[in-house]
Amino acid sequence: MATYDFVFRALGLEDWCEAGGESSAPMSMDALVSQTTGEEASTSIWELPFPSMDALNQACPAFPQSRNVTLGLENGFLAVKDSMSVVLDPITQPLSWLLEGALYGILTTPWWIIIPLLLAIVWFISKSWKLLAFVALSIGGLAFIDYYSYAMQTLAIIMVCAFLCVLFGVPIGIAMSRSDRMRASTIPVLDMLQTLPPFVYLIPLIFLFSVTEPKLYGIAIILYAIVPVIRLTDLGIRMVDETVIEAANAFGMTKRQKLYGVQIPLALPNIMAGVNQTIMMSLAMVVIASLVSAPGLGVLVLRGINNLELGVGLVSGLGIVLLAVMLDRTTKAALDRINAAQKG
Amino acid sequence: MSSSSEKQTKIAIRNLYKIFGADPESVLEDVKAGMSKDDLMEQHRHVLGLNNINVDIKQGDITVMMGLSGSGKSTLIRHLNRLIEPTAGEVELDGVNIVDLNEKELRRLRREEMSMVFQHFALLPHRTVLENAGMALDVRGVPKSEFESEANKWLDRVGLQGLGEQYPHQLSGGMQQRVGIARALTSNSPVMLMDEAFSALDPLIRTDMQDLLLDLQEELKKTVVFISHDLDEALKLADHLVILKDGYVVQQGEPQEILMRPNDPYIVDFISDINRARVLRVRSVMEKTQDIPENVAGEIDYDDTLESVIALSAGETGLTFVVTRHGAQVGVLKMTDLVKALVPTAAAQDGMRSSAA
Repeated sequence: MATYDFVFRALGLEDWCEAGGESSAPMSMDALVSQTTGEEASTSIWELPFPSMDALNQACPAFPQSRNVTLGLENGFLAVKDSMSVVLDPITQPLSWLLEGALYGILTTPWWIIIPLLLAIVWFISKSWKLLAFVALSIGGLAFIDYYSYAMQTLAIIMVCAFLCVLFGVPIGIAMSRSDRMRASTIPVLDMLQTLPPFVYLIPLIFLFSVTEPKLYGIAIILYAIVPVIRLTDLGIRMVDETVIEAANAFGMTKRQKLYGVQIPLALPNIMAGVNQTIMMSLAMVVIASLVSAPGLGVLVLRGINNLELGVGLVSGLGIVLLAVMLDRTTKAALDRINAAQKG
Repeated sequence: MSSSSEKQTKIAIRNLYKIFGADPESVLEDVKAGMSKDDLMEQHRHVLGLNNINVDIKQGDITVMMGLSGSGKSTLIRHLNRLIEPTAGEVELDGVNIVDLNEKELRRLRREEMSMVFQHFALLPHRTVLENAGMALDVRGVPKSEFESEANKWLDRVGLQGLGEQYPHQLSGGMQQRVGIARALTSNSPVMLMDEAFSALDPLIRTDMQDLLLDLQEELKKTVVFISHDLDEALKLADHLVILKDGYVVQQGEPQEILMRPNDPYIVDFISDINRARVLRVRSVMEKTQDIPENVAGEIDYDDTLESVIALSAGETGLTFVVTRHGAQVGVLKMTDLVKALVPTAAAQDGMRSSAA
């Protein structure tokens, strides 16, 4: 009947195929089409189908169809989901507390404390009047049009996530710089995290955690944004001048002395560039994460799209741009100051 | 110096081999059997770094290892503090084989016994000059408040008064290398390794630095191992000169000895372009005798250079000088002998020179 009957006949698997039972397998699209049109499958060589799972299933009903692959993956995931939750839930719970705490803190503290505090941080990091004026105007502007609390929520989420990215990313980067094997095994994971569309890893996360929990979007943001800080830490340490490392060895430094006294300080410009990238990527992700209940400006963007409220969407989008520019300029100013201090 | 035979051997390098490649042990026997560097590369894809090196480094001497690039001199100096592990052989410091040291002992050796000065300075760019100078003490765990005075003392000694708070990139190359030397001196180690320490500096500053080193050496009498590719520098500094080529020692000995009696066409070629009058000393050319000659034109010191004698004689070639050492006569120098010594030995013996070329 079907093209690949002969394969199963040759292998002597006809009995197994019969036993598989036609009824259990859902009908493939091709079969459905040929049934409704009443046409027999063509036997011309031009029409030879690729021996795919569906084509083989036509010849032998016991052979799984291709949709069984995704179905199997889904069932497998659902089967381990509960036990995974048991492990992952407690481990990631602190992330929820951190995010809830940060959001609560930034919203309940009065604006006349938060805004000067932010400006003081900007001044401390950048020592630039121009940047300070820009940040003051931007935050003031956002507050003036009543976007203050949304912007602050976004900022709080980014701060927490970027902090955690650095906390985990820098040690991972250091480990990668020390072991080529570690590096070889980590790089594919980083590549995957960076290229996987952000929506895709929201899917298993939604199954694992309740959508109402902040850690769901926290994990999504961290997974997405941690990559640059890892990569640039590794790169920065590997790029430290050989001769300086040799001098450190020649004067009998221990590994620890070398790491804290030479490698990290000299890699700092690269690490800071990684932190800058990480912050920018968290900001990009925080908008997407509003799909899974992350509060902040992203919610307004989403509302703009859902309800076709053009003005809300555009203004909140602009607010995100302002936040991005503020964060970028501030971290870059810090980077410039480090560069100026050591020149190299 | 003639007294070098009485000096104690500080570092002894014994049958040292270094082969770079995937499996050095496997080709070691071939190398010991005399396989050349080129053949080793051709047949086994291994690079011969050092080939049966034997050198005695005397306490208080400046031993200069000289060779062109690829001769293995930088590889050799890195074996002395085991920045590079040997394939076979021994390096003894005060009779202890450092190849056998464990990690902790090796660290102690690097911290307290040997300090190093690098061609490209290798200062820590994020630390001040003072902190760089005190690096050796800092590594040992001495707090800054305690090493500050020691570091400042040596910074002053190398001529960097008041620059302690600057950062290395604010200094010129010559000054950065002075920091490098101060750093090595602050460690108070008896041995100082200097890897092409002055090669990256321009000629005038290089001369200054050489004078500084000789000055310091006069006072401190450290055991210095100096790597150089510059023959003039080597001759100026060396008490003991080791000439390397393709990883083996071509000739070693007192510099005057090598100049007067080169034993290899390679060395003949090497020394043919130097200013012999400036490098050769009276003691290498004089006739050893207690007899007082007729018509003495004057007294000259045993360690004077020929250049200074020529200046003294005002170009007159018929003169004869009495050579003294510590005030007593040790020999006689005829100006005719002096002039003959200015012609490179082998340039006169045509065969050797042409075979080198």
